[in-house]
Amino acid sequence: MIHWFVEPGFWSNPVVGTALVLGAVVAVVSAAVGVMVVVRGQSFAGHALTDVAMAGGAGASLVGASPLVGFLLAGIVGGGSIEAAGAERIRDRDVGTGVVLGAAAGLTALFLYFVSSSTSATGSTQSVLFGSVFTVSPSVVPLSLAVAAATLATLFIVRRPLLLSSLSPELAAARGVRPRAMGLLFVLVLAASVALSALVIGAILSTALLVGPAFAALRVARGLVGATLGAIVAGVAAVELGILLSYDSFYWSAAHRSVPVSACVVGVVLVEVAASAVWSRLRRGRGR
Amino acid sequence: MANAWLAGTLVAIVSGAVGLFVVVRNSTFAAHAIPNGAFAGAAGATLVGASPLLGLVVFSVASALGIAAFGRRRNDVVTALALVTMLAAGAAFLAASGAYEPAIDALLFGEVLGVSRGEVLALALLVVGAGVVLALVFRSLLYASVTEEVAAARGVAVRALDTVFLVLVAVTAGLAVPVVGALLTFALTVGPPAAARTLVARPGRALALATALSLACVWAAIASAYLSGWPIGFFVGAYAAAEYVSARAASSWRERRARP
Repeated sequence: MIHWFVEPGFWSNPVVGTALVLGAVVAVVSAAVGVMVVVRGQSFAGHALTDVAMAGGAGASLVGASPLVGFLLAGIVGGGSIEAAGAERIRDRDVGTGVVLGAAAGLTALFLYFVSSSTSATGSTQSVLFGSVFTVSPSVVPLSLAVAAATLATLFIVRRPLLLSSLSPELAAARGVRPRAMGLLFVLVLAASVALSALVIGAILSTALLVGPAFAALRVARGLVGATLGAIVAGVAAVELGILLSYDSFYWSAAHRSVPVSACVVGVVLVEVAASAVWSRLRRGRGR
Repeated sequence: MANAWLAGTLVAIVSGAVGLFVVVRNSTFAAHAIPNGAFAGAAGATLVGASPLLGLVVFSVASALGIAAFGRRRNDVVTALALVTMLAAGAAFLAASGAYEPAIDALLFGEVLGVSRGEVLALALLVVGAGVVLALVFRSLLYASVTEEVAAARGVAVRALDTVFLVLVAVTAGLAVPVVGALLTFALTVGPPAAARTLVARPGRALALATALSLACVWAAIASAYLSGWPIGFFVGAYAAAEYVSARAASSWRERRARP
């Protein structure tokens, strides 16, 4: 029965194995951070940080450093700048994010220009932008797991003051929480999570897994814990199902051209968001 | 080189004017997402053998309409989802057509030095068209952007204006992106207008200053790129950010001096 859904060689393929494990790790971290991103309305910063991290990746390949280190450093510097640019007035936040994004994109163009004029490496833009989970080298697995664990642990420790300062900065300040310090801490957690996911699964999926599962879960579940767990389940399901669909699609088409993983995962995420919209509308309809 | 200079000048004028509203309306994320969505259109057009320019305009207008239709309540989330949908569609189109990669680089980073006379003409038409639309809706759009509720109560069609504005951003993106690249278009749309709004409060003056700063940014970037041989996108991004940072510094210095 299961052979109808899973084409031959899926379970025994080592590339698929790494992809399934790393994809799941990234999906868990993205979903947990994503719930806070959606609550705080910081989707733009979450997406912009992928482009900022890309500048670090391009810079790292220029000096020959590890790409994950480049992604993380650039993400942290960029996250700090975004927070500094938008700290005074909340409505300036998007503009500050946009300026940082424009500057980072310019730097990426410069670094890629240096890389392509010093070596004859091609394909760097595409792999950074669309990153394929099938091309992840197993050597980044230990460091990725460490970053993921640190991100989740920080988020877990500060979850209460962070939620309070997201929903009501005044109340949080009265309780002795410093909203600006919380904002900076969260943007650093976000930067680490986004840098990790942008490297492992590419910029498109990084944003899709950050925002989509969390948005769907917040519509369906009640409470922070329920929403976070729901988002994690939805995120992991999207990644695993997307990888399976992409793998299978090679056998479906006559031309043997597989559909990219990014397109498959985004497709599953969109189905989840649409389902959550239908579900919450039905529930509201019954409540009347 | 003359064509590059003309194309850059035309894009700077449009971006400065449209960008002021992007900044005032807090539509920065949409202004970033729509040109990126346009990329999927170019890839899709290559697949079916249509003109890439047509694909660009169709897809960027479609993503603008999608954001306008679904984004009333959770604008940032809907914009993010529209963006990833477009990018994923673009990746799927590219994989299906087997098109090759320098085409993506050209779309993202632009090829301002390879601009033809015909493209300059198309950009000039865009500047005139966008100018006419902006002049027609200028007052009501400004009203709706600054105080949406009051404008709606006064009978301004706020939602229709929102759609018109996003379509204007989309058409601008569709025509400007293949000439100067998505990165450059975006940097010009945000940096100089944000700097102008920080410095002056009156809308007419802000519009003039935004256009002037945008022109200064492009001209300086073209000259620097020509002298150094480095990519123009880097200089546009750097100068736009520098304009915004200096404007913020100047305004906070002025505020501090105004206090006793």
